[in-house]
Order: sequence, then C-alpha cells, then structure tokens
Amino acid sequence: MADPSTFAATTAGEPAKTDNRWRPYRAVLASRLRSQRSYRTSFRFDMVGAMLAGLVQLGEIWVVFHNAKVLGGLDFNAILLVFGLANAAWAIAEVAVGHVDSLPALIRAGTVDVYYLRPQPLLAQLITGDIQLRRLARVAVGLICVVAALIVNPIQWTVATVVMLAFSLLFGTVIFACLFVTAAGLQFFLINGSEATNAFVYGGSYASQQPAAIWPGPMKIIFGFLFPMAFCAYLPALQILGLPGSPLLPAWLAWLLPVAAAWAVLAAGAVWRIGVRHYQGGGG
Amino acid sequence: MPSAIRPWFRLLRASFAAQTRYLPAALGGLIANLTFGFLKAAVLFATVRAAGGEVGGYDLATMSSYVWLSQALLGTVNLGADSDLADRVRTGDIAIDFARPLDVQTSYLAVDLGRSFFALGPRAIPLILLGALTTGIAFAPPAGVLLGLVAVALAAVLSFLGRYAVNILGLWLVETRGVRTLYMLVSSFLAGLFVPVPLFPDWLKMLANATPFPSLLQTPIDVLSGKVSGAAALLAVLWQVFWIVVVGAAGQLLTRRGRLKLEVQGG
Repeated sequence: MADPSTFAATTAGEPAKTDNRWRPYRAVLASRLRSQRSYRTSFRFDMVGAMLAGLVQLGEIWVVFHNAKVLGGLDFNAILLVFGLANAAWAIAEVAVGHVDSLPALIRAGTVDVYYLRPQPLLAQLITGDIQLRRLARVAVGLICVVAALIVNPIQWTVATVVMLAFSLLFGTVIFACLFVTAAGLQFFLINGSEATNAFVYGGSYASQQPAAIWPGPMKIIFGFLFPMAFCAYLPALQILGLPGSPLLPAWLAWLLPVAAAWAVLAAGAVWRIGVRHYQGGGG
Repeated sequence: MPSAIRPWFRLLRASFAAQTRYLPAALGGLIANLTFGFLKAAVLFATVRAAGGEVGGYDLATMSSYVWLSQALLGTVNLGADSDLADRVRTGDIAIDFARPLDVQTSYLAVDLGRSFFALGPRAIPLILLGALTTGIAFAPPAGVLLGLVAVALAAVLSFLGRYAVNILGLWLVETRGVRTLYMLVSSFLAGLFVPVPLFPDWLKMLANATPFPSLLQTPIDVLSGKVSGAAALLAVLWQVFWIVVVGAAGQLLTRRGRLKLEVQGG
C-alpha cells in the first residue's frame, strides 16, 4: 500500500517531490528483488529452465532448416541473427513488464479492485509490482545467439550496422512490451483469457522470428504493420546482413523502426485505457 | 448411468458447464490458434517448397491438414502447463482434495475432460472449417475418422495424466513453475506441435518416439488425416493406451507416496 504521506508531499509540491513520488515503486521493487535472492535453489532451477526454453525454441528452427537449407532468402546462419535479436528483445520486455500477465488472475479473484483504489496509475503499479530476475537467462540466450550470428555471418561493419543493432534491441523491446500491455488490456474483456494472452504474446514472438519474406500478402500487412513484428528482428537483420528483403517488406524499412515502435505504444496505450475504463469491479 | 461412476460424470458435466460461461475466452483462444496456424502454415509450406514439393512424407496438401488439425486439437489436448493443481499443492489446499471421498487423480481428470470436450465446440470445429476453407484439409475415410476421434479422446486423457504427474511433484518440490515450463516446452516440441515428428532428424525422431509425447498430437492428427491407416493406425492407438497406463500409474504412485509426506500448516 502507498504511504499516504508520500501522496500528500507530492501534491504539496515539496522540494523532494520526484524522489517521494517514486518511493513506493522503489520500495516494492526492492522487496521483490530481495525475495528472489532468498530462495537460491529455486532461482537457479528457474534460470536453467529459462535457458533450456530458449534452446528448445532454437531447436525447432534448426529442425526446419534441417529440411530446407534456405527459407525466404535466409539460411540458418542468417536466421540465427533474427532469432537472437527477437529473443533478446522479447526476453528484456518480459523481464520488464512480463508480469502484467498476472492480471487475469487478479481480475478473476476481484483483487484488482485494490489496485484501482491506490493513488498510483494501475499500469505503473502492475509493472513495478514485480520483476523476475530468472527471466534474465532468456536474455542471455538471445544475446549469445546474436554474438554467434555476428561471428558466423559475413558482415560489413559500419556505423549504420551498430546503430541498427542498437535500434533492434531497443525498439524491438518496446514493441514486445507493448504486446504484453495490449494483451493485458484485452483481459478486462476476456475475463478468463490467460490462454489468449499467452498465445498473443508468444504468437508475436513466433512471428518475429520468422523470415517474413515467406508470408503471403495479407500476413505481411498483419504481422509486418498492424502488429509490427517483422520490425523487431527480421528487417534489422536484413539491414545488418546487407540482404534486399521482399516486396512490401524491403530492408530499408528497418530505419522506420522508431515509427513502428511509436505506433505500438499508441495502440497499446489505447487498448489499455479502454480496458481499464471497461472494468466494472469484482463485486462482493 | 451406473452409480459407481456418477460422481465423475457429474464433475465432467459441471466443468463443461463452467466453460460455457467463458465464451469470450474461448473466442480469444480461437483467434490465437488461428494466428499461430497461419504462421505455422507459412513456415511449413515454405519448407515443403524449398525441399522440392515433398518433405518427410508431406506434400502441400497433407501439410495443410497437419497444420489445421494440430491447431484445432490444441484446445482439447492441452500441451500447456496449467497451474490450478500446482497452486493447490503449493498452498496446501490439496489437503482438502485428499479429504474428499473421491480419488484425486481421476476426479481432476473428469474436470479436465469436461474442459477438453467443451473445446471441441468453439475451438476445434471453427478451426477445421476455417482451415478447410483457406488451405484445405484432407480427412481419412469414415472408419479412420472414427478411430481418429478415439485417438483424440485418448490424447486428451494422456495429456491430463502427464500434466498431473508433473504438478503432483509439487508435494516434494513445493514450487513447480520451472519444471512445468520445461515440461510444456519439451512435450509440445516432441509432440510435433511446431514441426511434425516425421520432419525430425533420425536421432531426434527416435528420441521422440521413446516418449509419450507424439501420442498427444502427432498420433491423433495422423489417424484423423489418414496419413497413418489400417493396422498401423490401430497400433498407434494401442500405443496411446499403453502410455495412458504407464503415465497414469506413475501419477497414482507419486500421489500415494507424496501423500504420506504431505504436511500442511495451519489449523
């Protein structure tokens, strides 16, 4: 619960205003970090699990490329870069905001009412209410794949290459975070729809790992632009590898990554706000 | 209805009825299955084309059947790692279940099957129709489809028994989240959820076939679509029964052992 004096100090405009405003969030986050350090065995087990999860996903891609050497103009080395970038960005987003997927349970149990009563934005409370360090293992898998891909692929290193790598990791993370928030916003309507959320979020991750050139036109519109998944990793990887791309999704589009991320933020914000207003309370 | 099995039947019916209250959730799941279906179809069709029109015994038409049947069965054959039972084990509520006059494993099975059978309506049928209308689905002749439906029901039972065995490990581990996630990933991979098992390299195919997982998805799909037929189909279904006995017995054994160990705090 927020300390009432914090809220009072903020509204009164004390000198230490910003410091006080963030104090409740910091206190909650610090407690979550401390709690994870206490259960070391469980924590290690979770880390290994998360790492294996990343490897199983890579295994699936490897099996596909075991049957077809080149898909959508990319070979296994090239798809390794797409997979690494998509995985790292997705995993960072999951560490930062992934726990908003606890919302369906809160809505179903009616406990989300308490969040509405606190003097902090609902989304800010949910995001800062938890942070799962075990999910960092997934980030590591993604980054290792990126490094491996940068070594095995012939790459012309320029400033643009470095900027594109940073773009992909930064704005890719923003797009995935928006996916989590959009899915959470939909929960206010679906009630028991955690499966839909999972599929939404994992579906986005799955789409972002694919060589988008294989998609028929309507899919390029949906996963290229409506949900800008191709922008997270596929388009940046084309830029980095110096590959041309395909009609509707040419490689130069990668430079519009910030625009795609801005679109994702706007859409996620709208869905979330509509969801929060739609909620009628758990009764009782 | 013989009175001996009536409680289980009532649990199944109640669980089925509960699901009808969550239709928007079923719609959400349907849209998700559809989305994954198109993404899966894109990759696997591209793989068939890149391999010269045929790969692992699949051409475009049979691959299309695989994609849509696998998506259609996902609501019924749950490859996820649901946490309801795990939560009850962790919080100690499982003690209440043990106090009931019904066997814990089979009563949870009845509840799970209610959910599984319900999913056939809003999940499986629309996906099969949509798949048939978009990239097409080939079905086995009527006798094969009938056997296929038996395989689907057996897969639903096996999927529950596997998840139950993993969840009940909580009697020793308390927190099973890590194990459950791992189980979900490995089982769905080896069941042939993302890539059909015949496309695996030989060593991985052998590994997969030594586990119960292909019986969860690959078998019902193969029998329904007629990719496997005749004596081979019958054998595949018997193989499912074998795994149900093995995994079910493991679950019973774990429950009995764990129950002796269970200590619940509070009054």
